[in-house]
Order: sequence, then structure tokens, then C-alpha cells
Amino acid sequence: MNKLSLFGLLGLVVRRDMVLAMRRRADVLTTLIFFVMVVSLFPLGVGPEPDMLRKMAPGVVWVAALLASMLSLPRMFAADYQDGTLEQMLLVPQSLSMLVLGKILAHWMVSGLPLVLMAPVLGLQFDMSAQSLGVLMLSLLLGSPILSMIGAIGAALTLGLRGGGVLVSLLVLPLCVPVLIFGTGAVEAVNSGLNYASHLQLLAAMLVPALVFTPWVTAHALRISME
Amino acid sequence: MLAINWFKYSAPTTFYGLAGKLVPWFAAAAAILSVVGLYIGFFVAPTDAVQSEAYRIMFIHVPASILSMFLYLVMAGYAALGLVFNTRLSSMMATALAPTGALFTFIALWTGALWGKPMWGAWWVWDARLTSELILLFLYLGFISLHASIDDPRRADRASALLAIVGSVNVPIIYFSVKWWNTLHQGATIKFSGTSMQLAMQHALFTMLLACWCYAVAVTLLRVRSIILERERNTQWVRELPETGGVRS
Repeated sequence: MNKLSLFGLLGLVVRRDMVLAMRRRADVLTTLIFFVMVVSLFPLGVGPEPDMLRKMAPGVVWVAALLASMLSLPRMFAADYQDGTLEQMLLVPQSLSMLVLGKILAHWMVSGLPLVLMAPVLGLQFDMSAQSLGVLMLSLLLGSPILSMIGAIGAALTLGLRGGGVLVSLLVLPLCVPVLIFGTGAVEAVNSGLNYASHLQLLAAMLVPALVFTPWVTAHALRISME
Repeated sequence: MLAINWFKYSAPTTFYGLAGKLVPWFAAAAAILSVVGLYIGFFVAPTDAVQSEAYRIMFIHVPASILSMFLYLVMAGYAALGLVFNTRLSSMMATALAPTGALFTFIALWTGALWGKPMWGAWWVWDARLTSELILLFLYLGFISLHASIDDPRRADRASALLAIVGSVNVPIIYFSVKWWNTLHQGATIKFSGTSMQLAMQHALFTMLLACWCYAVAVTLLRVRSIILERERNTQWVRELPETGGVRS
């Protein structure tokens, strides 16, 4: 059998998970519909004054994105766990961390990226300006992969547990606070005419170590859960 | 040279007895110190110039919040030891520490709210320290509930250990992000360069801190004894213990 390079493995896993996700499009759509619904419920709850909505918009969109990505987390490993594929994956001679990174990337492309693309449309409902829409998208683009990565640790730890869905939110949400703060901070900085670059830089600064460490931690968590 | 067996008390069998001997001492110390500390705090320490009588809540609030943060680190440290060296007792200690840490976090939040009402005019404000303390409580609760929802004790120990370690890496990030976000809480009065605090207040504060320490140690040891009994219930030595109704054969 020919030797598989690290990036070959990564590509293989991403492609496989994407194909699987495309076969079950409804799962992808549910997350997106949830996101749209939660955001649309806020004006109904707090009233339609444009000034207040404009002020709330970044927070509402970000919190809804956070909840939507929590909702899709249990799916990251569950199907592979149930049909035994995950067990085979742990036996692969290549790096498990790289394999996990592939799964995280695929999960983000299926459940994080649609939120990023959908966010500006929802922002329009809140009467956001063009510039803040752009920054909102950028902050989500940098922040949502972090949510998927931290979430992967939680998903791996709660694999196969009863009440796993709620539990994973309980574990992961407190750890996501910094992402939420800087993500919404960037948009609020634009709205109040300040420099938003520092917030985005901090988000990027969190993304890079997360990219290095979380697949490794998730791989350990998977080994703990599968032994 | 006298060879000391450093690992003698890392076995649950021997530690069970040691903990049993230590608990009464720490419990008594906690009781005495807290009576003395509260007496100094409420009757000896003078009224504060700015905050009048309400400041006295700090004699509970400050030790509780110090311990709430410190116990998390101790817990994560034990959890890491258990994960790396596979020592059963370390994981049991981590599990035993979590409820005490959560309790102190809750006390810190509660007394903080009681103090905040007369001082800031609100039970709760979204200040950096309050928020990070609240998140700390969530981290404790996450640890406890993850441990509780896994039936296999070995997997429960290892999974929650990993969570505690990830949490402790994340704590400074959370702390600074929340701090940049909003700060209203007063700065530290006691610094390494000295303090402006009156002597009786200092005495009360440090006595209460010691009392909380002793309480935390006593309760943790008591809890770890129960955990040892529960986990080792199928072993010979537990069955022979007088408190489990066994007889020495």
C-alpha cells in the first residue's frame, strides 16, 4: 500500500466528511435554519426600534452563531462512533491529530461557513451598515473555526454519553467566552468609529494556537472515550 | 541514610488512614480560626472611612474568592497528575476538590452581590471580575457534570481531567478578555509593595483566609475518604475496616 502523506490524509478525511454531509443535506440545513430563526426572534422579543436593533445586532448574530454551532457539535463524531469507523480511525498508522483536524475542518465547512455567509443577510434585518456587515463577516470567519475546534474537544469527551447534547454545551460555552467578546467587540468598534483591527488580530491570535493544540487535545479525548 | 518512601501515601489504602487522622485537626482549626477571625472582623476592626460597616463582608468574600480560583488550579494540577502518571488517588483528589471549589465560587458571588447592593447600588454588574468568577463557576459545574455523567470511573477521571486542564489553560485568556471588556471592580488593596489597610483588618482577613484553607482541606479529605470507600468497595481491606462493619480475620 502506498504511503499517505499528512496532507494527503487531511484531504482524504475532509473529502470523505464533505461527501457524507452532502448525502445528508437536511442536517446542514437544520443548523442554518436554527441560526436564522433565533436571530429573527430577537426583534420580536425586544421590539422593532431600528436604533436598538442596530446596537444589538452584533451580539445577537454572534450568540445565535455560537448556539447554532453547539447544536451541530454532537454530530461531529457521533455517526462514525456508532458504525465503528471511529475505532478504525484510531488504529490508522498516520497521525490521529491530523485526522481529527480534517474532521474539524469538514465540520466547520458544513456548519460554520454557512453561518458566516448567512450573517450579512441577517445583519440587513437589523439595519447594519455595509462596513459593519463586512467586519461581522470577517470576525465570524476568524471566530467560528475556533468554536468548532474547542467544540471538538467537548464532542470527543462526551462521545456516547446520555444527554451528550446538552452536556457538550455546558462544557464548551464557558470556554468560548473570549471568542464572543472579541467577535462582537470588532463590530461594536466599527459602530462607534474606533479601530476594529485589534479585535480581529486578537481573534486571529486565538485561532492560530487553537489550530495547533485543539486537534491534539481532541485526539487524546477520543482515545480516552474509546478505550 | 534514612530512606523515605515518598509514595507511601499515594496509595488509597494508606492515604485513607492518614486522611482520617488529619480531618479532625483541620476541622478544629477551621472552627477556631473562623470564630477568632469573625470576632476580630466584626468587633475589633474599626469602621471603614469610605464604605462604613458594609466593608466587613470582605472577611468572607475575599478568602472565598481567593480559594475559588486557587482550588481550580489545585484541582487541575491533581487531574493532570492523575492523567499523566495514572495515579488513582490524584484523580480522586481532583473529584473531591471540585464541589468545594464550586461552593467557594458561589459564596464569593453571593457575598459580592450583597456587598455590591449598598456600594454600587446594584446586586449584579457586568464587571470583569464578577463575570470571570461566574465563568469559573460554569467551569466547575462542567467538570462536575461531566464526571457525573460517565459511569465508568476510569473514563470519568480521565475525561474530566482533560477538561480541567483545557479549562486552566483557558482561564487566563478568559480573565484578560473579560478585563479588557469592562472593569469596575476595585483594584487589589494588598500588594507585594505593602498595603494601606489597617492592622486589625489585616489580622481578620488573614485569619479568615487560614480558616477557609483549613475548611477546604478538611472537607476535601473527608470527601476523598468516601470516594476511596466507594471505589474500593470490592477490596479486602475495605471489607475489613471497622466502619464498614467488617471484622479482621
